[in-house]
Amino acid sequence: MDATVAHAPRGGPTPLFGAYGIVKRFGAFTANDGIDLEIRAGEVHALLGENGAGKSTLMKILYGLLEPTEGVVTHRGDIVRLANPDAARALGIGMVFQHFSLCENLTVAENIALVMPPALRGRALTERIAGLGRDYGLHLDPARPVWSLSAGERQRIEIVRCLLQDPKLVILDEPTSVLTPGEAEALFTVLERLRDEGRALLYISHRLDEVRRLCTRATILRGGRVVGTCDPQAETARSLAALMVGTQVREVRPKANRPRSADRLVVDHLTLPAPGLHATPLRDLSLTVAEGEILGIAGIAGNGQAELFDALSGERRAPNPEAVRLDGRPAGTLGINARRRLGAAFVPEERNGHAAAPGMSLSENALLSRHATAPLSRFGLLRLGAARDLARRIIEAFDVRKAGPDPAAGTLSGGNLQKFVVGREILAEPGILVINQPTWGVDAAAAAHIRQAVLDLAGRGCAVLVISQDLDELFEVADSIAVLHAGALSSPVPTSQTSRAAVGLLMGGAGEAEAHAPIAAAPADALAAVS
Amino acid sequence: MSFDIVQMVLVTVLTAATPLILAAIGELVAERAGVLNLGVEGMMVLGAAMGFAVATQTGSTLLGACGGVGAGLLLAALFGLLTVGLAANQVASGLALTILGLGLSGLVGAGYVGMKRDPAPHLHLPVLSDLPVVGPLLFGHDAFVYAAAFLVAGVWWFLWRSRAGLSLRAIGDDHTATHALGLKVRKVRFLAVLFGGACAGLAGAYLSLAYTPFWSPGMTAGRGWIALALVVFASWQPVRVAAGALLFGGATVLQLHAQAAGLGLPGQLLSAVPYLATILALVALSLGRRQGGSSAPAALGRVFAPSR
Repeated sequence: MDATVAHAPRGGPTPLFGAYGIVKRFGAFTANDGIDLEIRAGEVHALLGENGAGKSTLMKILYGLLEPTEGVVTHRGDIVRLANPDAARALGIGMVFQHFSLCENLTVAENIALVMPPALRGRALTERIAGLGRDYGLHLDPARPVWSLSAGERQRIEIVRCLLQDPKLVILDEPTSVLTPGEAEALFTVLERLRDEGRALLYISHRLDEVRRLCTRATILRGGRVVGTCDPQAETARSLAALMVGTQVREVRPKANRPRSADRLVVDHLTLPAPGLHATPLRDLSLTVAEGEILGIAGIAGNGQAELFDALSGERRAPNPEAVRLDGRPAGTLGINARRRLGAAFVPEERNGHAAAPGMSLSENALLSRHATAPLSRFGLLRLGAARDLARRIIEAFDVRKAGPDPAAGTLSGGNLQKFVVGREILAEPGILVINQPTWGVDAAAAAHIRQAVLDLAGRGCAVLVISQDLDELFEVADSIAVLHAGALSSPVPTSQTSRAAVGLLMGGAGEAEAHAPIAAAPADALAAVS
Repeated sequence: MSFDIVQMVLVTVLTAATPLILAAIGELVAERAGVLNLGVEGMMVLGAAMGFAVATQTGSTLLGACGGVGAGLLLAALFGLLTVGLAANQVASGLALTILGLGLSGLVGAGYVGMKRDPAPHLHLPVLSDLPVVGPLLFGHDAFVYAAAFLVAGVWWFLWRSRAGLSLRAIGDDHTATHALGLKVRKVRFLAVLFGGACAGLAGAYLSLAYTPFWSPGMTAGRGWIALALVVFASWQPVRVAAGALLFGGATVLQLHAQAAGLGLPGQLLSAVPYLATILALVALSLGRRQGGSSAPAALGRVFAPSR
């Protein structure tokens, strides 16, 4: 590893923006601990780090949302004070937020107008939006309300809003986390163009392949400190990950291949109407997952993933019992606890509020999904000691980092809470596990841990259904992959016989005409493997 | 002759609707900014007591109205301090504010029970007011009625045509996002709450200075709650709030006339007619609203505490 240590010599030309000795404390907690960062015009600078490394705090300081406890920010060598985002914008700093800072009930134009000078409004503003759209290929309908737009379109609003201010530095926080591979490609094209125009980009991500593709310099944070700066293109994804985590990330061990055996989870021609205005109907959906098999469901968000999960977990019941069979027993009309008693377990997508109640302690959260299947109550009274024991076992088995003996779920970081809710279900040793977005927004180490646990569980004979937007994840864990598009499922293809490109095409709906012949949509290499 | 009756009825409808319009339009602005202030009734009743007291002491209706506005502002400032400044629960604080307002109004108005004064002067324009039918209907009211009409138009323009109004609506939709953009969430919310208080106070002053020019404890008789309901059923649209208030006023006047005519129906049932009619009409309106999204400010009632 040839990464240089922090406090590299500050030679060369004056950086466009610099941050020196940044310290930010929240009470006793130090989020940033003496961070130095220099950003030059025309470079794409990566800010790498796990969840909780201090990336977001540093970014908020640069955008004027937080004031540093110590340290200075410079612009072309002069010390500047960024008291609020207006001050940052005036200096030419723009920001594309990860969790979009958009008001859902306002239109595209109104959302953009919020940060424009008041003189720019009405027709003039919509013309500027359209002009920028033509220039950069960022097309937007200014009159559409934001709630009706996809994640990719929402990000376009953020980018257009940022570009309308002609920024010299654009900060992008995990910009591809909600995009499809195709949308991400389009974003990279825009970003390369911005770089060529001489703008500086600060690219925050934990997707190392993207960082290696786009960025020429990287600053790596761990525990609030800079642990190194390097040229990501001279590093491998593994060496970057090792810098971020501080230890070598362990590679996920594939499970042993087993001969195909009994089907444990069967969905048989399941059709359900859309439960709400923006929901997706499930259209004649069939799948089987055998003992020891992991079936991956790929798809762009909003194509029926949530609806499929709800139908499998029993949060929404099917019209006929045979539509969902668990270990051969009809379960379509059963509720969630009845399905759990049949040996199934479920991990929903949303950690806070769906998988866990943020205001309740971990032991209470352990009770929430396990009360039906574990001996956690007697004569209708809770056995709190047993619940605490269970929580402790989960915490130990999954290395959940927390403060205090039994803290509220909401106080855990995303990765640790995800390890807890996954661990809660896996420790039940289910025969069938349905898991939606298992490592969404989780850092590399925790993601590897969760994937390994899922693989090991399948190795012990559990049938696992993984719904994920992360193709890398599916290719890592799944035996076969099916694509959910507009509520219909393509037939599963063995992972070894397909490619990201083929799955990506299906995700975009390319396979709609031949939904039951996905091999036809796969490129030549997949065909070659079959023949 | 029948013309006179129709004209008289229409004028009374307008006067019955005015306090509702005033109180509801203020609450609408506060709720558009994301603050649910359930203390409208309290601010209104204190405005009525303070308005009457100041007007009696000074002999000036204008100063009385200012007193009403001041009383509303005072209670709203307290509410804003609690819910916007200290991120206290809005529902609990609003209910407490109503109780506080009812109590304080009894204290302020204690010395004025049974006193009467002349109602607020009506506008008289030389030619216009003398026009048949149109004259009394459009040009013969007191200043409060015109203030209400002006406020509805002004609030509509502010919310949908001005940048500040856009910011206010955005803050009511998502305080986290707007804070991240650098908008002054708490300042805007505090100002919106103050505006709501001023309007509620003015509505109260109208009751004790113009509608029925005396003070009696609890004289708002639930109008603050009606105003709150109007805002919700009107899906936070100023023009619909005015229409709903007029409908309510109309039903109130009609049931009074029906009672006087002796329809044989129980009076209590007739008294309930305005409430039922308003609720039905506004429910029908909100059923037909646009698909998707939400017409309510998405951050309504949610407290905001930024980290700094």
